[in-house]
Amino acid sequence: MSGTQEVLVGAPRFSVKGTGRPPEHRPLRTVETRWALAFVAPYAAVFIAFVVYPVAYALWLAARPSLFAELVSDPLYLPTVINTLFFVGVGVNVTMFGALLLSGFFLRPRWWIRLLLAPYLLPWLIATVQGCVSFHWMLIDQRGFLDGLLFALFGIDGPLWFNHRSLAVGANIVAFIWKWMPFWTVIFIAGRMTIPREIHDAAAVDGAIGVRRFAHVTFPLLANLYLICTLLTTLWALGDFTTAYLVSGGAPALSSDVLATLGFRYAFDTAKPGLGVAAMLSSLPVLIPIVIVLMRRLQIREVQL
Amino acid sequence: MSIALSGGQAVRPRRKSLNIWVEGGSALLGIALLIWSLLPVYNIFLVALDPDEGEIEFDGNLWPPQPSLEGFRSVVTQQARYLEDFWHQFGNSIEIGLATAVLTVLVGSLASFAVSRLRLSRGPLLINAALVTYAIPASFLIVPYYRIMHAYGLADNLWAVIAAQVTFATPFAILILQLYARLIPVELDDAARVDGATALHMYARIYIPLMTPALAVVAIYALLLAWNDYLYQAVLLSTKHMTVSVTQGQLFEDVDAPYNAMMAAAVIYVLPPIALLLAFRRYVLASLFMSGDGRT
Repeated sequence: MSGTQEVLVGAPRFSVKGTGRPPEHRPLRTVETRWALAFVAPYAAVFIAFVVYPVAYALWLAARPSLFAELVSDPLYLPTVINTLFFVGVGVNVTMFGALLLSGFFLRPRWWIRLLLAPYLLPWLIATVQGCVSFHWMLIDQRGFLDGLLFALFGIDGPLWFNHRSLAVGANIVAFIWKWMPFWTVIFIAGRMTIPREIHDAAAVDGAIGVRRFAHVTFPLLANLYLICTLLTTLWALGDFTTAYLVSGGAPALSSDVLATLGFRYAFDTAKPGLGVAAMLSSLPVLIPIVIVLMRRLQIREVQL
Repeated sequence: MSIALSGGQAVRPRRKSLNIWVEGGSALLGIALLIWSLLPVYNIFLVALDPDEGEIEFDGNLWPPQPSLEGFRSVVTQQARYLEDFWHQFGNSIEIGLATAVLTVLVGSLASFAVSRLRLSRGPLLINAALVTYAIPASFLIVPYYRIMHAYGLADNLWAVIAAQVTFATPFAILILQLYARLIPVELDDAARVDGATALHMYARIYIPLMTPALAVVAIYALLLAWNDYLYQAVLLSTKHMTVSVTQGQLFEDVDAPYNAMMAAAVIYVLPPIALLLAFRRYVLASLFMSGDGRT
């Protein structure tokens, strides 16, 4: 990149308007550096005012060991951690693996499959709050749409979804998958389309089709993309407030909360902001390794290109 | 969009029976996906088209026996409870969305231009710093945000939400713009430098026009982020500056809520982003396929 510039700037035809010596490099650079600093300034200001300061403030609020003792002694905390692990672990992996498989399905050359893509993407296009509220009302109890449907079609009484902790957490997970699987399917369709056709042809000659082609050709080629996307989704799922807050609403009796909603309740319902931040930040041991791996992966990609 | 697929013609006779299974299986999968995707959407319409306001009950009719636009009428005329201020709140939502989109594009493109085209030393460091923003999920910062917005004098102000959304949208915007900027030859900048163009000229005359597709994608991304937000709008805003998102989220558990009108409002609220994405689908698809290209 800089090589190109050196060649262009140092080329003799450029020096016609000068005095014969190569144009001065330094003044040009310093003027541009000043411009560059001015251009970066707005983002730097945003970053300091709305990232550095709040993060430092959060760490300061949560930096008291007594808060963590209080957290662990709260009977709500441990179940919430388990819910969060389930929500993130099951939600993210089903979303990503499902999206990977479905991206192959949507690339099948059938007109009706291409038409199907539009309704399939609808959940992603629908605003999060409205999607979650619809899920909540569908499952609200025996008056809800799903139980009503079960009764009308099969004559069975559906369960009271929000009266059982496992069903409520499951409802949150399903809503998360419903909302996000379409988006990642599109990303993986894009990834699959970049695999050169010749590779699949060569694999077919060697007898790799169907499951074998997926396991030995397609998946290894998409592995890096899959890893990056899975880590990103994990970050989003850990911070997902809206789904747990609006689908199950913590029912029954705050037993289906995740860390984001429990922290919110501590901070705003019981006016213990420090405890709320501590609850949320207790997921840092999971967050930090993810971010480190993510940044390394993204950097490797920068070098590769 | 043409999709090239291999292996279709190389089917041998003994695979014919297998093919029937594959076709049947994908038809079943297609039907299952259709039901899975549309069930909650259908539920929204079922409630919205109910003539009675207090009903979310499902009475066994797959199609409302007397579909009625009463819910929509009471939203448009703002006559339902909770929806007296609907259009004002809708305006607030639009203001937040548009301001977030414009500021994200501006701040993100300026920073990305400086790093990718002016070859700012330590530029990559800035990109990494930006990505660190995602180390702590946005919802975990709500408590400090609540406090610092008071300190900044932005309590109960739409700009508090806009600032928060711009903060969370810009790192992704910078990443996308960095990827896309590689497609523009640096020689264009060098030619402009020879003609004595300042950095501002290069930004306005070369970078912005050539980056339009990527900028459109970034703008849509930022707008959707703000449009989908619930937490920040619920915490940082109060009565006068409510948005549609907050009202819909807060009142859904009220047993007296006019459900049909609430869901009619939901339908109205989800339409603009869908229309926007349809209008810009070529740009969005192009950039998705470009970023997929970069990642494999």
